Amino acid sequence: MDETAVGIAADVNARRRSAREIAEEALERITRIDGRIGAYLTRTDALALEQAERVDGRVAAGERLALAGVPVAIKDNMCLRGTRTTCGSKILADWVAPYTATAVARLLDAGAIPVGKTNLDEFAMGSSCENSALGVTRNPYDLERVPGGSSGGSAAAVAAGEAVIATGSDTGGSIREPAAFCNVVGFKPTYGRVSRYGLIAFASSLDQIGPFARTVRDAALVYDVIAGKDPLDATSVDVPVERTLDALREDLHGLRIGVVKEFTTRTLPPAVAEVYAAAYRDLERLGATLVEVSLPTADYGLATYYLIAPAECSSNLARFDGVRYGLRVDGADVTEMYERTRAAGFGAEVKRRILIGTYALSSGYYDAYYVKAQKVRTLIAADFAKAFEACDLIAAPAASSPAFRFNAKSDPYSMYLMDYYTIPVSLAGLPALSVPCGAAVPEDGRAPMPLGLQLIAPLFEERRLLGAAHAYEQATQHASKLKPQLAGVSA
Amino acid sequence: MPQDRIDVPYVAKLARLALTPAEIETYGKQLSDFLVHVDALRALDTENVPATAQVIHARNVGRDDVVAPSLAREDVLAGAPQAYGPYFRVPRIIAEE
Repeated sequence: MDETAVGIAADVNARRRSAREIAEEALERITRIDGRIGAYLTRTDALALEQAERVDGRVAAGERLALAGVPVAIKDNMCLRGTRTTCGSKILADWVAPYTATAVARLLDAGAIPVGKTNLDEFAMGSSCENSALGVTRNPYDLERVPGGSSGGSAAAVAAGEAVIATGSDTGGSIREPAAFCNVVGFKPTYGRVSRYGLIAFASSLDQIGPFARTVRDAALVYDVIAGKDPLDATSVDVPVERTLDALREDLHGLRIGVVKEFTTRTLPPAVAEVYAAAYRDLERLGATLVEVSLPTADYGLATYYLIAPAECSSNLARFDGVRYGLRVDGADVTEMYERTRAAGFGAEVKRRILIGTYALSSGYYDAYYVKAQKVRTLIAADFAKAFEACDLIAAPAASSPAFRFNAKSDPYSMYLMDYYTIPVSLAGLPALSVPCGAAVPEDGRAPMPLGLQLIAPLFEERRLLGAAHAYEQATQHASKLKPQLAGVSA
Repeated sequence: MPQDRIDVPYVAKLARLALTPAEIETYGKQLSDFLVHVDALRALDTENVPATAQVIHARNVGRDDVVAPSLAREDVLAGAPQAYGPYFRVPRIIAEE
């Protein structure tokens, strides 16, 4: 399905087509190609058809729904009542959610059709989906390569036309990096913009839900549906949400776009660096004024993030102890039961982060590591605030390279480096997105793979961000220049 | 910052994670390597910098004290590894006299 959400909703609202036939078409496409992609951990066919009937009923009764009949894929760390919600982990492999996440509930209420739950790095910890304990997801643009992560299943589903939109969660880059790898739009709103009620927590001071879509306009449409204060999430912010859908622009006149000095001198593969240089020129051609800005502490982002996020994860994942949900492995006493359950249930990366986080929070190391990282976080956020005195948006790469091959990053730190350009933004809580900006031949390959341009805005400036991204996307049309590699599969 | 090799069995005990000897070896090495990376933070003077817990600076958030239905008990217990009537069942915690 290569249609847009805007187009489908218009058709269904005008009763030119039924949600039912669109749902059937989406499910049929998943049947046909997901064996090759592996985007989904769980299909929700019955729920999709039920919801389609409901949507058709509401439309027949005269309602107009923002996402009427739009097939949506849901990252499998978001609860959907009655459906298993695994987080890509053995510890929750058979757990069925007893309630629905607010962001998901808002999508359903707006008429979206849930077609399945998508694969992810276990508990959203990773940048390739390879840390999933439950399945392999392949990049639709090269089946020998990863889709990115952690929201790799959602990015791949949208890229392969197995859904029109998808939900992701982004803690350090988990929406933006897979979006870049899979040639789709991935948008992380300001921290606190979207309710996290029903999102299984990884790092609570960083986690944020956002959309994947094939166009900026569709991403704006989804954001307008899911954003806003939720009484069920005390950390959702009470800042008025202005519609972004009517803020989309055709040019960039009057905008100052910052290019980060420290990022341009950092070594990217030459083919990749060329694509970004061209992207910045395109921004200028569209009317933006490019200004050089400096983020002197951004280089400390990775170290800061890999203390704060594991510390929070070690605390959040303490709840998986074999008592209230998921797996239990018996032991001689209750402590041994906890230890064996967690040993059997968690994969290597999750264990590694729990150990790092526990260590960073432990007596004698708390000030030296955790508090130190929180202080550096203040400096990083202040750097962005200062940069935004001189510009309206910042442009940067969305990932350190194009999609890599499976098993290419065996050293944990080399995987962490993929998110070099997204992590400082997350630490500052800023809204940012990745929009397709061309392709480059990877150093270990022959065919070009997609790249994403990251645009970053000040807190709560989602309208400015999506408005500019739309202008860039419409003028360049990069997404349509590459075709997914689905040999042997009829479109 | 402390540079000593991490006492992995002690940290694993705090985290309630049973590790094999091979895992202790592997994670010990990876965590030591990792600390070399994060020690770079020492280069920054943060003496008078406040810590950031989260960026939105929300204050305590309350809500009206209104009674509303919770999740149905049976729905919640359905996800438990072991339930006993209306309870989560766990191994004995208090020793018999």
